[in-house]
Amino acid sequence: MTLDQMTVGQTAVITVVGGQGALRRHLLDMGLTPRTTVSVTKIAPLGDPIELHLRGYQLSIRKEDASSIQVELKEGK
Amino acid sequence: MGYLFALAGNQNCGKTTLFNQLTGSNQHVGNFPGVTVEKKEGTIQLDGPRRRWGRGEEDKSQDGATLVDLPGIYSLSPYTAEEVVTRDFLVKQHPDAIINIIDATNIERNLYLTLQLIELGIPMVLALNMMDEVRASGSSIDVAALSKELGIPAVPISASKGEGVADLAREAMRVASTRQKPSRLDFCTGPVHRAIHATAHVIENHTSGTGFPARFAASKILEGDEPLERSLGLDQADLDIIGHVVEEMERETGTDREAALADMRYSYIEGLCSKVVTKRGVSRDRQRSERIDGILTHRIFAIPVFLLIMFAIFGLTFGWPGSWFSDLFSAGVDWVTAQVDAWLTQAQVSGWMHSLVIDGVFAGVGSVLSFLPVIMLLFFFLSLLEDSGYMARVAFVMDKLLRRIGLSGRSFVPMLMGFGCSVPAIMATRTLASRRDRVMTILLVPFMSCSAKLPIYAVFCAAFFPDHAAVVMICLYVLGMVTGVLAALVLKNSLFRGNPVPFVMELPNYRMPSLKSVLLLMWEKAKDFLQRAFTIIFLASLVVWFLQSFDPRFNLVSDSSTSLLAALGGLVAPIFAPLGFGDWRLSTALITGLTAKETVVSTLAVLMGAGTDQNALLPLLHTVFTPLTAVSFLTFTLLYMPCVASFAAIRRELGSTGKAVTAMACQTGVAWVVAFVVYHLGAMILGVAL
Repeated sequence: MTLDQMTVGQTAVITVVGGQGALRRHLLDMGLTPRTTVSVTKIAPLGDPIELHLRGYQLSIRKEDASSIQVELKEGK
Repeated sequence: MGYLFALAGNQNCGKTTLFNQLTGSNQHVGNFPGVTVEKKEGTIQLDGPRRRWGRGEEDKSQDGATLVDLPGIYSLSPYTAEEVVTRDFLVKQHPDAIINIIDATNIERNLYLTLQLIELGIPMVLALNMMDEVRASGSSIDVAALSKELGIPAVPISASKGEGVADLAREAMRVASTRQKPSRLDFCTGPVHRAIHATAHVIENHTSGTGFPARFAASKILEGDEPLERSLGLDQADLDIIGHVVEEMERETGTDREAALADMRYSYIEGLCSKVVTKRGVSRDRQRSERIDGILTHRIFAIPVFLLIMFAIFGLTFGWPGSWFSDLFSAGVDWVTAQVDAWLTQAQVSGWMHSLVIDGVFAGVGSVLSFLPVIMLLFFFLSLLEDSGYMARVAFVMDKLLRRIGLSGRSFVPMLMGFGCSVPAIMATRTLASRRDRVMTILLVPFMSCSAKLPIYAVFCAAFFPDHAAVVMICLYVLGMVTGVLAALVLKNSLFRGNPVPFVMELPNYRMPSLKSVLLLMWEKAKDFLQRAFTIIFLASLVVWFLQSFDPRFNLVSDSSTSLLAALGGLVAPIFAPLGFGDWRLSTALITGLTAKETVVSTLAVLMGAGTDQNALLPLLHTVFTPLTAVSFLTFTLLYMPCVASFAAIRRELGSTGKAVTAMACQTGVAWVVAFVVYHLGAMILGVAL
């Protein structure tokens, strides 16, 4: 599944970071690298963007951009 | 000459606070050459500090140091102007030391930039900011071990409390005077490590002229940094070897080059943090932020609370506290004007000189100066929003609304401020992350009807639509916004085609803004505005005064209808005939409106023979307007080029007079077209023959 499909409270591990160019580079620079654990903490009132928790901080990205990130849900969460 | 230090770090890590602590009020704001990325410089004073920071260093340190505040960035990739500027500065200006500030409560992501800075091989000190918060939450960081692992000195500080700042400055002086370079460059093993070394070997002979250390250039080329690769001028054989190295690295790591390098850095950092950081659950600041966000980004309350906050800010700025401040200020200006007036009369200075000083300089600059209290108050609130971390939440909440027109949530607050005054709104675009967003927002702000246009609407509504004043005014505001949205859509599909900068934004923990930073920002913006008030705005006032006071034969006029300005108004009047208001008095009023929009009304009153009595103006307006042409006139007034103070702000932020003039011309063109459409559509609907 992709990152934008996760619901609030779910935790997952990133498997593939897709996309290209500046966006992809920026996602990687912000720590969204393969094998990183990430959880969705909030969805903005208008339904987009979403708020993530990873590497000890909060990051907000648009669903459209999150859809290029493949994740694997963590069991039991 | 003293030392040159560079201050580098992520956004939201307290960089500005540290900069203010290190330099105090010795700051100078400018732009990096060729780009409109703000460059702040300050001096680290050693007068008092020499006592505190110890003596006996090399002579150079006795002269203090110049500290350059680099833009807040997360990486040294070549994608944004801010990153390129930072890179160029570090490589070409040869700073004696880098002070890299990191947020210790968010150490993992902050160290990502640190690893890249270390590769530059410049003497460097790591400032671990917010150590007080780390301690308060029960966590700890082994600073000595961290420093040893990274091969650079590290100093724990709390920039907001000023703790450790003197130690940091002393340490920076020390590494600069001993030229102590980072003692370690390798943070990886395995395939990436081999690839970096192989590449560094290939490009070694090409990097000397560019200023990039071979090691830094090698990892950047491996990451696919094309601008850097091109700048080295490698031959085909070298490129082939590098291509082969990349292929092998990608095969061995099982991923592509960009991900491989990012993963290498983060993997090292994870390992490092597991050794030196002891975490105790969720920090107190995080818990507090979550509680605050429970309301401020709440699914239902977020937008009402935001509107409430903005309402309060506008209320305080334009309501009684702000107007009290403004009145006090203009009373001061009036007093000075009266003193000078009396003095000029007493000294029997000639009439035209007297008029130049009082009607030209004092009236012109004085009317623009009346914006100053508004600008300072708005910036006071704006920096509270920014420094507390709330601005990032506004962007988060409002992003979806602005995305359709090609902007991000970050542009929302500057656009909203445009309803108050375009000048601070345009100045506020500085906080936007990308140049594209900044320029687009600057071009759109003037479409938000500013408060100075309100008196014009009020007079016309009283004259023509006394029973529907509110409806007409709301329609005007909406028309401005709709035109702005349409303009944005056109810009998005023409000038700003292509990918917008991605909206990937950190939501920092809420923090108490530091009063010092807030006041310094206010002072900086006020200074900026004053500088312009006394240069470009001063000149514009003189030009308008000259046009108003002389006739075409350069005699002083007694009747304003014979002035050069009236002649000019008559000259441009035919342009407005198709809009239904070709009278020279109206075009003249529009021209004087360029000094400050509310002037349109006072000029009209004078030219129509109503003197200073605005009530006498109302019936007179009926002699030149029908309700339909009044609407056409209001539409044009709403949209045509902003006042000279806004023009000066636009010119400064766009960094080019030509671009600013083009923007003004386009805006006036849009105003003409919209007024034309409104006038003719209106005539069709009402069945009036034109």
